[in-house]
Amino acid sequence: MKKSDIQSIIRTNNLTKQFGDFYAVHNITFDVKVGEIFGFLGANGAGKTTAMRMLCGLSIPSLGEAKIAGFDVYKQTEEIKKNIGYMSQKFSLYEDLTVSENIEFFGGIYGMKRSVITQKRAELLQKLGLTSEKNSLVGSLPLGWKQKLSFSVAIFHQPAIVFLDEPTGGVDPITRRQFWDLIYDASDNGITVFVTTHYMDEAEYCNRVSMMVDGEIKALDSPAALKRTYNAASMDEVFYGLARSAKRSGD
Amino acid sequence: MNQFLTFVQKEFYHVFRDKKSLLMLFGVPIAQILLFGFALTNEIKNSSIAIFDFSNDEISRQLVQKISESSYFEVTNLTISTNTPELDIEQVFKKQAAKIALVIPRNFGHELMHQNKAQVQVIADASDPNTANTLVLYASNSIMDFQKERTGISRFPYQITTEMRMLYNPELKGATNFVPGVMALVLSLICVLMTSVSIVREKENGTMEILLVSPFNPLMVVISKAVPYFFLSLVNLTMILILSVYLLDMPMNGSIFLLYFESTLLILTALSMGLLISNVTASQQLAMMISLMGMLLPTLLFSGFMFPLENMPEALQVFANIVPAKWYYIIVKNIMIKGLGITAIWKETLILIGMTSFFTFLSIKKFNVRLT
Repeated sequence: MKKSDIQSIIRTNNLTKQFGDFYAVHNITFDVKVGEIFGFLGANGAGKTTAMRMLCGLSIPSLGEAKIAGFDVYKQTEEIKKNIGYMSQKFSLYEDLTVSENIEFFGGIYGMKRSVITQKRAELLQKLGLTSEKNSLVGSLPLGWKQKLSFSVAIFHQPAIVFLDEPTGGVDPITRRQFWDLIYDASDNGITVFVTTHYMDEAEYCNRVSMMVDGEIKALDSPAALKRTYNAASMDEVFYGLARSAKRSGD
Repeated sequence: MNQFLTFVQKEFYHVFRDKKSLLMLFGVPIAQILLFGFALTNEIKNSSIAIFDFSNDEISRQLVQKISESSYFEVTNLTISTNTPELDIEQVFKKQAAKIALVIPRNFGHELMHQNKAQVQVIADASDPNTANTLVLYASNSIMDFQKERTGISRFPYQITTEMRMLYNPELKGATNFVPGVMALVLSLICVLMTSVSIVREKENGTMEILLVSPFNPLMVVISKAVPYFFLSLVNLTMILILSVYLLDMPMNGSIFLLYFESTLLILTALSMGLLISNVTASQQLAMMISLMGMLLPTLLFSGFMFPLENMPEALQVFANIVPAKWYYIIVKNIMIKGLGITAIWKETLILIGMTSFFTFLSIKKFNVRLT
């Protein structure tokens, strides 16, 4: 393994997904470094979800290369799946299972041992302040708690990377702030965070962000550098400046 | 293996926490057995009969006596007069006071004694043709019995007596007909409906995506979903068998192992159909609709337990061959009622095995297609 492979946990080269003669994702090339919080931005319909699905091994690319944690997205999807965590934009825990059971289930399908699950679960519940709620059905929790639990479950098996697809949709600002504390926490523990979002204030929290327009990456840098380059006061302005050139309409 | 067990455990949580589905799972079979067993029955008892006796002699009175003693009939309207009958009969039927009428003409006894020949008329309300048919049959049987009793054997130089034996079901009980049908129906209902809905629910809730991103083999996702319903179906089957054997006196003459083996085949067919449906649908409502139309309806119509297949147009009879429940129905009847072994039903069993493999293969293939 080359040194650059170790430093870059996600490496793509001209990654493309084509549906008929429509390029959902067109020649995207970027690297994500180990431990980085990488913001993946773009308007609706820009191709973020398609790109993310390819990186997660859910969808086979049409062209180009990509390596996730050193594994090839064409041939080693099983290895990739073992090394990643995923949280979708829909709330995705089982509402008719208790907090404990959800953690146990998701730990279980990642092949974690029962004793390890039990111990780590206790720690997690303590950290989230959910110990008294461990036997409540998840459906009865407030949305903010659900989202935090959902994220914690996605990184429960200590993946190398966690993919977050618009994780904070519909959550109030305070909970969002708490949510980002959890993200920083995960990043400090060496987990690389790959996050898509619509909130430009969240883009500021990322180490680096990429801007996707019409299936292509139009800009990629740290938020501060982007603001300098585009002579903008905030990420909002950067986003509007780039998104205005989009030909595709959002869905 | 550990992952698999974790998954199956989770499915059982889902099943046992969904009280409505649970009620449907176990309530529907019990209700069906009880309904078919006690409320809905083809046997007709104590039907209202109107008798118009225009003869009013000794023999006619004996005939009336005979009819009213029968357990099939209850005389609700006895007219003894010499008026024209037509109007009265219409009235009786229109008021729904009787379903059938027996008219004994004038001089009935006289003609019978002196001409060795007399006529009676049976008029039935055929707005319900099945009931009318059965009642007319009962009535003419009673009259024949009456004739036999009166004449004895000596009057005729020779006579042919038909001795009837209803094999395997001497009392002509309805249970033998509908219990296998209910079994086919319930197994199809649970497996197809519940499996497809539970998989589609994961798609709707977005949890399917999480499962597909996990290293857990996607095919195992659906297989482990099928496991709880497989066991619940067997529990249900056992429940139906116990109820029907001990409560409805359904015979159980054949091998119980063979019966469970054949049932397993039907369950597997139904499960793979459920998986197939869940692969091509995205909403629970749609999955439910397709399950009901695609599995429940054909089972009800074409298994032969409600409507005899022999009476259907040929095209429908041919169509019935692709309904798994039809073959299962034949098999169950042969095992339970006739006590036949595998040698007698190997053909039906093979067909069922064929269908099971076909649908299992198809649903697995379809599932792979969806993932790429």
